Amino acid sequence: MAIDAATVRKVARLARIAEPEERIEPLARELSAILNWIEQLSEVDTDGVEPMTSVVAANLSMREDVVTDGGDPARVLSNAPKTKDNFFVVPKVVE
Amino acid sequence: MTKLTSLTLKAALDGLSSKAFSAVELTQAHVEAVEAARDLNAYVLETPDKALAMAQAADARRASGDAGPLEGAPLGIKDLFCTEGVRSTAGSRILGNFTPTYESTVTANLWRDGAVMLGKLNMDEFAMGSSNETSAFGPVVNPWRPKGGNAKLTPGGSSGGSAAAVAAELCLGATATDTGGSIRQPAAFTGTVGIKPTYGRCSRWGVVAFASSLDQAGPMARTVEDAAILLKSMAGHDAKDSTSLAVAVPDFPSFVGKSVKGLRIGIPKEYRVDGMPAEIDALWEQGIAWLKEAGCEIVEVSLPHTRYALPAYYIVAPAEASSNLARYDGMRYGLRVEGANLTETYEATRAAGFGEEVKRRIIMGAYVLSAGYYDAYYLKALKVRRRISEDFDAAFEKVDALLTPTAPSAAFALGENADDPVAMYLNDIFTVTVNLAGLPGMSLPAGVDANGLPLGLQLIGRALDEGTLFALGGAMEKAADFKARPAKWW
Repeated sequence: MAIDAATVRKVARLARIAEPEERIEPLARELSAILNWIEQLSEVDTDGVEPMTSVVAANLSMREDVVTDGGDPARVLSNAPKTKDNFFVVPKVVE
Repeated sequence: MTKLTSLTLKAALDGLSSKAFSAVELTQAHVEAVEAARDLNAYVLETPDKALAMAQAADARRASGDAGPLEGAPLGIKDLFCTEGVRSTAGSRILGNFTPTYESTVTANLWRDGAVMLGKLNMDEFAMGSSNETSAFGPVVNPWRPKGGNAKLTPGGSSGGSAAAVAAELCLGATATDTGGSIRQPAAFTGTVGIKPTYGRCSRWGVVAFASSLDQAGPMARTVEDAAILLKSMAGHDAKDSTSLAVAVPDFPSFVGKSVKGLRIGIPKEYRVDGMPAEIDALWEQGIAWLKEAGCEIVEVSLPHTRYALPAYYIVAPAEASSNLARYDGMRYGLRVEGANLTETYEATRAAGFGEEVKRRIIMGAYVLSAGYYDAYYLKALKVRRRISEDFDAAFEKVDALLTPTAPSAAFALGENADDPVAMYLNDIFTVTVNLAGLPGMSLPAGVDANGLPLGLQLIGRALDEGTLFALGGAMEKAADFKARPAKWW
């Protein structure tokens, strides 16, 4: 399975990474090499095998539905690139 | 008297307890060693003032009879752990000067027990790498050099700063994390001891996420006993991590020195790979001989899906990473590069903030999760993951632990594998299986190669059976009597 330049552009866009045009072909080559190597997984018989998403039994424990933290906007915002009046300032989303 | 920085953690704690020296004296000696070793690039942030303040408080607690198990012990912290009020970068430009307003559970546990923080340790960006060369701060240099040469070697990765700092005596022990081998491979490359505990033993809360189903914190130290002391403090259930195991933490140090007579040790034949240096094979045989002499029974076992572990890992880990790293969008913390609109701001921020290896893995992860490829790659990898886990289940019906090499080579030169991602990924060939199955694995130094560089052996245990690894590790450490240390050149 090879990845072409168009696919790299598409996936980079999905991942919200602006890859410069000169990186597209090299990335396609690098990712194709990795995928070719990964291709050997097709040799493994996995018919009827349950996918393994976690090594820990998936019984999430319940807790009381109460506030355990919060009410501290200064701490929440302390690393923000831009803030105003206890809000994050972000680029305009709706035109 | 031995230099204070050359003491084992255990000896240092004994010395503090007997008032042979104070925590301030011990910490001051380490602060000076750290300052003198900047050529190694092991620390990305030194916190000497904080260290001395913590040491002073430790001395006061000890004087009032209130000493914790690590009271006054100076440690280094991998920069993947969030530390309150102290810059935490995960080795990435995208976190910029991110200064957490909270403390990771693992480091909080260490401070609760009296430990002292010397600073934050260098690492591969977001723990993605096997040589420390993906760090935004530049690579760590291994304190070990080949005999008669001065080539700069990698300390391994991703916990390269932790490994180098422990080996060069820039701390008594360090925290590290291991997603595919990031504790054990650097331990092997630097002649130190590292253990990745069972998945869920240490809380992941406050540890910057890479691949959440694989990430696990653990200690690096200069002896098996020191690693056991550190893990005992680091581990424990944490309600803030839903995958943290609600089980009691055993007294790990008490296992070191226990008899291993009668334990059955599996030797997985699939770990004899083509092109492995004869020295590593010979070391493995030596390890088998040591365990036999200690009374263990050696059993050949088969883990037939071993060779599929790395390719499965390079689907699962990037898939999880692409999801976890979506949070770095320049809005709430870290770097922001303004674009013409929101999407372009995201794209420019992530292009500028992430390094090449991280971008490659995010794009790979997004690809294997994308419509049309999800079943062929991601789902397939999860099924292979179960096969690998079942291999271990079958082996552990016959044996109590497994013995393997840790890495397929000794430390290599910086730059040697930098152009070939797959060649770099092969570093983790013996370690990554353990992460996929969630098992504990320990690397300990067992000998040196012809160039005088350290080589490690790996012990793999049943889930939650770190105790047996500490017993076996203690026995092997005694037999190996590994005394080699890097000659100081920095």
